[in-house]
Amino acid sequence: MKIVVGHLYPDYLNIYADRGNIAVLERRAAWRGHELEVRTISVGDAVRAGDHDLLYIGGGQDREQARVAESLAAKADGVRGAVAEGAALLAVCGGYQLLGRSYRDLQGVELPGIGLFPLETVAGDTRMIGDVLLECELEPGVRRTLAGFENHAGRTRLDPGAEPLGRVVAGFGNDGESGWEGCRVGRAVGTYLHGPLLPRNPWFADWLLAQALAHRIGEPPELEPLPDDLEQEAHAVSARRAQLRGGRR
Amino acid sequence: MRLPIPLAAEVALARSAGRLSRLAGAGGGTTVPGKLLWKLDPTAVDRLAARLPLGSALISATNGKTTTAAMAAEILGGRARLAHNSSGANLVSGVASTLIDAREAQLGLFEVDEAAFPEVAARVRPRAVCLGNLFRDQLDRYGELEHVAARWREAVRLLPPATALALNGDDPQIGDLAADRPDAVVFGVDDPSVARPSLQHAADSKYCVRCGTPYEYAAAYVGHLGEYRCPACGHKRPPLAVVARNVRLSGLQSAAFQLVTPAGSRDVRLSVPGLYNVYNALAAAALAGTLGASLDEIAAGLERFSAAFGRFERIEVGDRRLLMLLIKNPAGANEAVRTIVDGGTPTHAVVALNDAIADGRDVSWIWDVDFEPLLSGLERLVATGDRAAELALRFKYGGMDAAAIEVVPSLEQALDRGLELTPPGSELLVLPTYTAMLALRKIVAARGFVRPYWERAA
Repeated sequence: MKIVVGHLYPDYLNIYADRGNIAVLERRAAWRGHELEVRTISVGDAVRAGDHDLLYIGGGQDREQARVAESLAAKADGVRGAVAEGAALLAVCGGYQLLGRSYRDLQGVELPGIGLFPLETVAGDTRMIGDVLLECELEPGVRRTLAGFENHAGRTRLDPGAEPLGRVVAGFGNDGESGWEGCRVGRAVGTYLHGPLLPRNPWFADWLLAQALAHRIGEPPELEPLPDDLEQEAHAVSARRAQLRGGRR
Repeated sequence: MRLPIPLAAEVALARSAGRLSRLAGAGGGTTVPGKLLWKLDPTAVDRLAARLPLGSALISATNGKTTTAAMAAEILGGRARLAHNSSGANLVSGVASTLIDAREAQLGLFEVDEAAFPEVAARVRPRAVCLGNLFRDQLDRYGELEHVAARWREAVRLLPPATALALNGDDPQIGDLAADRPDAVVFGVDDPSVARPSLQHAADSKYCVRCGTPYEYAAAYVGHLGEYRCPACGHKRPPLAVVARNVRLSGLQSAAFQLVTPAGSRDVRLSVPGLYNVYNALAAAALAGTLGASLDEIAAGLERFSAAFGRFERIEVGDRRLLMLLIKNPAGANEAVRTIVDGGTPTHAVVALNDAIADGRDVSWIWDVDFEPLLSGLERLVATGDRAAELALRFKYGGMDAAAIEVVPSLEQALDRGLELTPPGSELLVLPTYTAMLALRKIVAARGFVRPYWERAA
């Protein structure tokens, strides 16, 4: 089956090796006989609900993020509409912030977000940098861990009742205080974790692929297991790093 | 209140600490005296530098600063006795250590870490400064590239007006510094035949530094280095004074080019390969020119130069040979890969990824490197270092058969495995990150094949 991915602003937001995430989705889809078609969506392009099974947005430098914020405002209805009608989405770092309601920098200047995720971000005067380990329960009763790296000045506060991606086992997470990391709305997930995230967390790559397929066929399918020894080893090393030297709250 | 310790006493104390460190087997002791002196009296660095009769020159860049400094040393070594931090200790403490050791030196020649450049420049008050390039590098340590560029801009503004500037005009962030300094010597490449067909994935400064519009490139050479022009506001590469034309790259063997300067031109043949080394040679030529070197001295020095420590080395190990190239960020690693492939794709490689502070704790950068050109010829890859498994994934998802990838975290075992796979008489490619490079050299040195770095640096 064909899976259509809309990659938002790869020309501006690519600072943390976002193409590694795309490569993992491509290969893991292909190994199951699915074809991933990646379409670039940048300044001047429109997002129409229904066009994509999965949207992806990465992180960038401050200046580039400001430029994207401006352009993204014109796509707000398209992106929110796509997720509302069942498309999956992964937003990492800067992209995660831009999909919240707003981002306020150190000078107090506010960049508007598109309000897909019920959260706000305020820049702090120190960066939260280090390895992170999360525990997630995306499906009831199924607990899995995500290991990655974070590097952000933004403190992200979820609205009361909002669903985080996971609980911080080691590292800073959304704001360095709450103990939560990321945010989930239906099939859309936002997170600060890069590394990139998907190579060392193959279960999560497969969860996203299943959600993207669900947009096509109604239900997330059971994906055939793959030999993931290298992935598990990379996950274990990254998780140990977080436990040994991740940022402390 | 600080006790007024005489400078000579501080220096003597710091020197003994360096000898102790070497005796204790803790490495070369190259930064121990400097760190101690720094603790005793931060202004001692200023005073030691002020003693150099011919002043100091500073070289900074994301990539190539060690090689550029070594090339400049080769050019200038005949003119003056140098204080040169050749083993790569490039923070304030490393500069301090070099100054302590250089009793009879006349001219200081220092490569300086990008983040440390503003402080070193303020303390040393250099006679000349060479700025080579800015690429994304260790975001967990340096922060975003634009922040480093902003700090450099401010540091350059604070330099004494008499300080000579050698600037890489092909890098938009650095070329723009020439706007306020019409006396700056701007260098760059002018040979579209060695340009890349398009900007690489890892190109960083691709938006106009003035207005944010994407640059149009008449030629892109290395990462975002090239001949650029903003279609909106017209910001473009400044006119070049020191230029490489007619560039001829000969795989892993050498690189030749016509060096064009206001004083005339010379054909230069480097015994190090790759377009990135042509940039390093241009930087060294431009800097040496501001320090009074003649064109003949420059050309001769560049041709004499062999290789800087650990950047590009061929090491004989019994009946096999190691070809070791340092990789540390996407732009530098891309050039290493490009140069290797130009010389013929190797069949066996050991790639080493560590994640100590000096390597960058965030290893995501390996996903921005274009390793793919290596894959077609590579029969077997040994992934090693603290993050060996992550590196293996980079190659697996890049399209390499997982069965052809071996994960051997121990550097020594990986090296042995790589040598075992390499047929006698052939060459094993080794691509290590910084701390892995130091460790691998130590392993090879312990077996008697290379000298330890502090002897080599002496």
